[in-house]
Amino acid sequence: MQDVILDISHIDMEFPTPKGSFKALSDVSLKIKKGEFVSLIGHSGCGKSTVLNVVAGLYQATKGGVLLNGKEVNEPGPERAVVFQNHSLLPWLTAYENVELAVKQVFGKQKSKAETKDWIEHNLHLVHMDHAMYKRPDEISGGMKQRVGIARALAMQPEILLMDEPFGALDALTRAHMQDSLMEIQAELNNTVIMITHDVDEAVLLSDRIVMMTNGPAATVGEILDINLERPRDRLALAEDAEYTHLRSEVLKFLYEKQRKVEPITTKIDKKNNKKSQAA
Amino acid sequence: MATTSIINKLSNNYPVAEKVKGVFTELTRLVVVPLIGLLVFLLLWAAAAQNIDTSLGKFPGPAAVLEQFGSLYDEHRRERVKEEAFYERQHQRNADRVAKDPGYQPKIRAYTGKETFLDQIGTSLVTVMSGFLLAAAVAIPLGIAIGLSKTLNSAVNPIIQVFKPVSPLAWLPLVTMVVSALYVSDDPMVSKAYLVSMITVTLCCLWPMVINTSVGVASIDSDLVNVSKVLRLRALTHVRKIVLPASVPMIFTGMRLSLGIAWMVLIAAEMLAQNPGLGKFVWDEFQNGSSNSLARIMAAILVIGFIGFLLDRGMLQIQRLVSWDKTSADR
Repeated sequence: MQDVILDISHIDMEFPTPKGSFKALSDVSLKIKKGEFVSLIGHSGCGKSTVLNVVAGLYQATKGGVLLNGKEVNEPGPERAVVFQNHSLLPWLTAYENVELAVKQVFGKQKSKAETKDWIEHNLHLVHMDHAMYKRPDEISGGMKQRVGIARALAMQPEILLMDEPFGALDALTRAHMQDSLMEIQAELNNTVIMITHDVDEAVLLSDRIVMMTNGPAATVGEILDINLERPRDRLALAEDAEYTHLRSEVLKFLYEKQRKVEPITTKIDKKNNKKSQAA
Repeated sequence: MATTSIINKLSNNYPVAEKVKGVFTELTRLVVVPLIGLLVFLLLWAAAAQNIDTSLGKFPGPAAVLEQFGSLYDEHRRERVKEEAFYERQHQRNADRVAKDPGYQPKIRAYTGKETFLDQIGTSLVTVMSGFLLAAAVAIPLGIAIGLSKTLNSAVNPIIQVFKPVSPLAWLPLVTMVVSALYVSDDPMVSKAYLVSMITVTLCCLWPMVINTSVGVASIDSDLVNVSKVLRLRALTHVRKIVLPASVPMIFTGMRLSLGIAWMVLIAAEMLAQNPGLGKFVWDEFQNGSSNSLARIMAAILVIGFIGFLLDRGMLQIQRLVSWDKTSADR
């Protein structure tokens, strides 16, 4: 594959804990093409975020490595911009200033003052935040904060955009709006994106490929599902679409049949019941 | 907050009677109740003072204290007039001598009259502010460094924990001796006594500021730190753009705490070391033992309290102005 931009190659990840090392990831491999939108889905605690953090350079893989355009990734950098789950805007700066910090850091003197201003405003316009540019994070809603977070990441002109459950903290309606906005932006910019999600509909709606991860510890890539639905996609039309329904049920099957997560609460209750029955 | 709730009540479609009632409840809560509290306090004070006899006469009631405020101010005015007259005479004398003997170099001598109550207030304020600022200049960078580095934190923390509970007054003898030994100058810029008081204030301001700053820095949201990493901010930019603003609320909490302690400690230090300031005024009046002394001490106590209150309010206002986290100022 020639147009592979990101190559995650056989990574293992172990975390030291007081009780010895904990193996979070085992032999995770994934190749991502330029302009591809890939979702990582899996039960919570399966190491999705760990994969993303390794790609971002915030964690160092114990074994294996990540290549971006053939160069090894070993520290964080703006060419792999991250959209964090909790927006992580600097609360003392306005939306504009938050984006400005990133733009000034990434482009520095490459852009003149006027160009910098235009670029910041362009990116805020892209996420429909021009009306609240000079508001601070505590003055805008959760969805708006996340929009600014996306604008900040886009403004870095990353090679690849990493999104860690970007809409996880939003209510369902806002989330749908944000997904539509993201599809719109994606149609325009055609970024390479890795998005972590636990929402099956979101994954099918947005992605070109869905990477389904097995349960941890020592989680790895379970199955990869290609989503060849035509773009632009419309959530209402797709709801009736047979292909969409089929893909959706594939993901659900993987999550709830093949990788059914054993609920710790029920096991505890089971154990209690067992003890009771033994005592009796 | 109170004003906005009044405005809210006015702007809503309450009937006029309701509106007026609402305004009155607010007025009662904000003005009338505190006034009643003050009045009751004054009455109790006056009644109690009547029944306490000391070797220096009756314990001063509110009226006696008020009278002393007046006489303290008069004394201050008289002293100023004297001072002006002194300089006038000196100037005259020098002019006369120069007229007689053109080669004469006129000597200017400073006036060395008694420090008045107002002078002492000024001295104490200057001392507490300079000691406080010196402490901030040391403590905030140190706190940031400790907050950023776990290693440095482990190295310094035990020392801070041991020195923190020490009353700064215990340092006073050592500070006095060290200043006398090291600060030797024929033409000193500032007096030794001032330096001793200031260092004592600095010592007591240091610990709360270091601790609060380092805690503030260490507890920065890891997401914000990750943002900084993704942007590859250089160490200094990271501190300036992320660490410092993020920990401003905690830094100010530390500053307010230490300024409050500093003011209390300074008065005690001035009493103990006979360094000029309000503490010395109180001690001098106590030693003086005239029939007015107790009333004057009481006046000084009220002034000390009021200044302490103003210092705290001042810090609060600065915090509101500087800090992005508006709620932190109300804590």
